[in-house]
Amino acid sequence: MRRYFARKLLVYALTFVVAVTVNWMIPRFMPGDPVAAMVARARVSQPEAAEAMRTYYNNLFGFDEPLWQQYLHFWGALLQGDFGISIWVFPTPVGDVLLDALPYTLGLMIPSVLLSWFVGNWIGALSARRKVLDNTVLPVGYVLTAMPYMWIAVILAWALGGQAGWFPLSGGYSLDIQPGWNTAFALDALHHWVLPFLSLFLVALGGWAIGMRNMIIYELESDYSSYLSALGAPQRLIRRYAFRNAVLPQVTGLALQLGVLVAGALVTEIVFAYPGLGSLILASIQNQDFFLLQGAFLFIVIGVLIANFLIDVVYVVVDPRTRTGMAGGTS
Amino acid sequence: MSTRPEPAPEPAAAPSTPAAPSEPAASSAPAAPSTPAASSAAPAAKPGGEWLHYAVRNPKLLIGSFLVVVLLAIGLIGPVLLDNGNPNEYVGPQAAPPDGTYWMGTTTFGQDVYAQFVHGLRATFLVGVVGGAIAAVIAMLVGFLAGYRGGLVDEVLTMLTNVVLVIPALAVLLIINAYMGVRSVAVQGLFIGLTSWPWAARAIRAQTFSLRTREFVDLARLSGSGTWRIVFREIAPNMSSYLFMMFILLFGGAILIASSLDFIGLGPTEGVSLGLMLQSAQQWSALQLGMWWWFIPPGAGITAIVGALYVANVGLDEVFNPKLRES
Repeated sequence: MRRYFARKLLVYALTFVVAVTVNWMIPRFMPGDPVAAMVARARVSQPEAAEAMRTYYNNLFGFDEPLWQQYLHFWGALLQGDFGISIWVFPTPVGDVLLDALPYTLGLMIPSVLLSWFVGNWIGALSARRKVLDNTVLPVGYVLTAMPYMWIAVILAWALGGQAGWFPLSGGYSLDIQPGWNTAFALDALHHWVLPFLSLFLVALGGWAIGMRNMIIYELESDYSSYLSALGAPQRLIRRYAFRNAVLPQVTGLALQLGVLVAGALVTEIVFAYPGLGSLILASIQNQDFFLLQGAFLFIVIGVLIANFLIDVVYVVVDPRTRTGMAGGTS
Repeated sequence: MSTRPEPAPEPAAAPSTPAAPSEPAASSAPAAPSTPAASSAAPAAKPGGEWLHYAVRNPKLLIGSFLVVVLLAIGLIGPVLLDNGNPNEYVGPQAAPPDGTYWMGTTTFGQDVYAQFVHGLRATFLVGVVGGAIAAVIAMLVGFLAGYRGGLVDEVLTMLTNVVLVIPALAVLLIINAYMGVRSVAVQGLFIGLTSWPWAARAIRAQTFSLRTREFVDLARLSGSGTWRIVFREIAPNMSSYLFMMFILLFGGAILIASSLDFIGLGPTEGVSLGLMLQSAQQWSALQLGMWWWFIPPGAGITAIVGALYVANVGLDEVFNPKLRES
């Protein structure tokens, strides 16, 4: 088990180093000049002013130092929690901007990911090898899982928000309410939360249901299932054993899907102008705020790494083999 | 990983270690192929003929591939039939609902939504092919090499695969595309391919691992064949159906990632794609204005392509894998 965790942690540490390096490299080695782009975007007419901006940005990125020094400084600033200054909401530090948005993204993602995983597995397990249920679950599941996240969000907003008028179309809370710890704000935020949650939930649901259904069918065909039914064990018992085996790959599947789920949350937030990381990323792209964008990237990577580690811990709990060191789980 | 030396006499009894239970790749996509090596390791006398027999009788495969072909045909022929070249031109009345002239209505600016749709289908297929193909090639190189050579090569490549697997692809693509001034569909596909190969590489590695101790591979090694000759002459053909299904999943995945990128505003700077249509509908408040004809077709197009690919993939799985045929 220690070997298992040591291996996992090594991969995550390496991943973090690679991510930071990529983050550092791209502005410096991509074709094109980000500083020139930002100066051009500001549409400064006086050449002196443009020159001053250029020097300012060059200093900010540290482009005037040798490369290895730039790289070390980049790490140094990062470890002190310094992600730079946002240009979009100048002069707020990028870290603060991101931390303000984080609760909204997490509040959207954690419930939708967990609920869709549980409900999806439950539906999938129920529908495997049951003709009538299977014939509805399978096609619906495929349509749901093939839908782009932003499209189902737009459709839900249009149908339930626009046409029916049950839910607000955009924002994380009404503009006339100040965010704070009171019931009025909580209810209002909940009202705004329903549609983004629902669209994230529905798309992910299809994939989990199909995965679980396939896995259960495979387990029901295996030798131990046949043996159990030959012994005359009740169908319920056999299905329960099948479920316990089938749920393991679904746990690893959750880790593998994290990237896709984050991407889905980002575009869903953009549809609803929900004040999370996705909307920040959109704003940073529209305003050429590269510090904010790169900070958001690191936040996402760190979040995914933490989630991966939590899933590894869960895996050790649900799969006894990893505890005795008989099999290293996956990888 | 069970590696039984002798190929079983019948396909159904072949040593099957399906990708599903041991290999999380099954869950990374909704319909990962389940028993690849098993079915193809011991083919019948005329495998092509047998597969064809089941292929034309499989409704899932037929419906799925029919839909894909129809959409591809619309994407290829549609733009040719339209007389004006640029789908983003302002041609018609503004914000008009669908009618006889403009089949899918027009945008706030008077752009023909149908013209954008057919051009967008083209771009969407292109990004899928480019992204899927590049990802498949990298996955095969890494997977075959790691699975066949084993040892230190395997350790290093597996570590690399796991690192790339954990980094969220879309986040990397965001950074890359944001710093690129001019973006094209092909370059978008290239970068999608470079970031979306890991799960496939892992699956191929596992399959290669189970094939490499078979007798026919030993025989090839004894006769002095090199690594890549063995991989492409002995191992790859025995999992060709699996590789093909993997490509389909990578293709669909590339389309979905590309549409997300387009939607965030990092799509191709020129031309039109289904994701870009959704983006401009969002940017110009089609939702608030109730212009459903602007945002329904592009999303429906993406859903239809990807869904049809998935369903066709399940059909293919049933065709190649005898164990799945009866149910």
